[in-house]
Amino acid sequence: MADNTQAQERVLMKGNEVLAEAAMRAGCRFFFGYPITPQTELAAYMAKKLPLIGGTFLQAESEIAAINMVYGAAAAGARVMTSSSSPGVSLKGEGVSYMAGADVPGVIVNVERGGPGLGGIQPSQSDYFQATRALGHGDFYMPVLAPSTVQEMADLIYLAFDLADEYRTPAMILADGMIGQMMEPVTLPPERDPKTLPAKPWATSGHKGERAHNVVNSLYLSPEKLEQTNFERFERYAEIKEKHQRQELMFCDDAEIVVVAFGAASRIARTAVRDARAKGIKVGLLRPITLWPFPTKAIDQVIANGAKRFLSVELNMGQMVEDVRLAANGRAEVSFYGRTGGVLPTPEEVLVQIEKLAEDMERGE
Amino acid sequence: MAAPKTPVTLPDYQVERIGSQIAEGETIKSARPHALSDAIFNYCPGCTHGIVNRLVAEVIDELGIEGKTVGIAPVGCSVMAYDFFNCDMIEAAHGRAPAVATGVKRVHPDNVVFAYQGDGDLASIGTAETVHAATRGEKITVIFINNAIYGMTGGQMAPTSLPNQVTQTSPYGRDVSKVGYPVRIAELLSTLDGVAYVERVTCDSRQHIIQAKKAIKKAFQNQIDGIGYSLVEVVATCPTNWGMTPQGAFQWLRENMLPYYPLGVYKDVVADGFANAAEAALERAKDCPIAQQGKEA
Repeated sequence: MADNTQAQERVLMKGNEVLAEAAMRAGCRFFFGYPITPQTELAAYMAKKLPLIGGTFLQAESEIAAINMVYGAAAAGARVMTSSSSPGVSLKGEGVSYMAGADVPGVIVNVERGGPGLGGIQPSQSDYFQATRALGHGDFYMPVLAPSTVQEMADLIYLAFDLADEYRTPAMILADGMIGQMMEPVTLPPERDPKTLPAKPWATSGHKGERAHNVVNSLYLSPEKLEQTNFERFERYAEIKEKHQRQELMFCDDAEIVVVAFGAASRIARTAVRDARAKGIKVGLLRPITLWPFPTKAIDQVIANGAKRFLSVELNMGQMVEDVRLAANGRAEVSFYGRTGGVLPTPEEVLVQIEKLAEDMERGE
Repeated sequence: MAAPKTPVTLPDYQVERIGSQIAEGETIKSARPHALSDAIFNYCPGCTHGIVNRLVAEVIDELGIEGKTVGIAPVGCSVMAYDFFNCDMIEAAHGRAPAVATGVKRVHPDNVVFAYQGDGDLASIGTAETVHAATRGEKITVIFINNAIYGMTGGQMAPTSLPNQVTQTSPYGRDVSKVGYPVRIAELLSTLDGVAYVERVTCDSRQHIIQAKKAIKKAFQNQIDGIGYSLVEVVATCPTNWGMTPQGAFQWLRENMLPYYPLGVYKDVVADGFANAAEAALERAKDCPIAQQGKEA
């Protein structure tokens, strides 16, 4: 990813602004978006900086228009992105489905807020299902990366552009209002040399009389042809699942209880796990970095290490817990603790849950 | 403008002409435009899509721009257009062609980008994208087929269906007291500052087809010259869903469509003496100090 031979800058920045800065360093020169809280700073940063480096910032008339501008720019071969927050991301579902169907790469940022409906503007993880179960109609997935620090905002959006281009797929950064709004020190990735960006011979940029004409399309009136394109796409998904599961493990070598948490929730869970360890409880933290593909291999590994209980801690009513349960597949018990609507649990609340599990296990329940 | 590096060779097609005025056994040579692919049109008999597809292809050939043209075909009877043109093509979601075209044009400002849209697409589900691409002054060309009905889905009421017009979803006729009036796109868009050129044409006669081609060519030339957003509205037929013969459909078009949708130029900033849409917009806002900021002395 980041080339360490270049001088690395360490700066104090806001999460949303880091997403924008790192995207530009990854070679993104086109941004289309529509205002919404709490991702505002990202678009504002792009509006200020992109024109200075020969890029295009365009405020679209709607989220729907924005994602379709992304589709057009991506079809034309550009590195391009859009960003929004939960209600706005719903509107992008149509365009994301077309991008998936036409095998067009692009990056979508969701700085989540509470829902459903207009919901609220405080941090939330209530769009886990929407992100990981195909954002839009049809049979598809996309890589979903979940930063838990401002540093990861930089690292993961850089990765998102590369995954999107390599697998010709939309890719999503699933952040939340907390990571988006907070400031932390960050080492920014180096500028990507445009010459190292992958060639896109399929792009619709004008054939110049040098090749047959290209078509970017998701329509297949022949059922067999459509099925075949879906089969081929799912072969790529299988490769992504095999090669690109990412997670962080903490205290998982001997953990009997494993807390699973991503993004903002993982920061709270981390403190609770440390406090529980200090009390002698054999507990670890599994932090998925890729939500799709879900880190099933890590679940296998911690079960092999002796994990008997999973506790999924989320800022919603229980969504990722379903993936934990699927991955555990009856080999361990899975429970859930969450707060929602923008309410954050305290580390103490999570610690109480861990202690309850530990007591249950001692009693042999 | 740059010509394609590979010289374009026009294939000769022997086209059998049908009709009593042709002597038996006579054939004529009709050069199929290079920009038109070999795919067979799947349009219904008497539908004007085929004529307009061909006019667009002829214009692309005549301007020598096939190699740098990108077309956008969204949902509707125009959806298969990606099969019919030899330039690069993108299929877009229903109504979103102007947004997709915006994305392409912003990445490759020197490309020629056109959207080819029907009335349900452009004037109903894509109204926001249409109005905003126009008001932004996107330097794109839009070909708008107005046949007053949803063709692909089998003849539902369109935003441009005429008052009292019977369709599948207005079986007692379009009741304007309940569902309102047809959208007149050429008139609507001509009020927007970003728009350089809007003309309404039709294809019911040789004379009108010649005029339609002139308008389409101008709409492409405007884009090449960077003058601004250009749209050509083609008042078109849909015999299948109107429930008419091709001849009857043209008759109905002349009797009902053309009085409601008068042909003509609705905006042409160049004819008005301006270099481009931006200059015309500046003049219109001449009494607004902030709008004049940055104006060249």
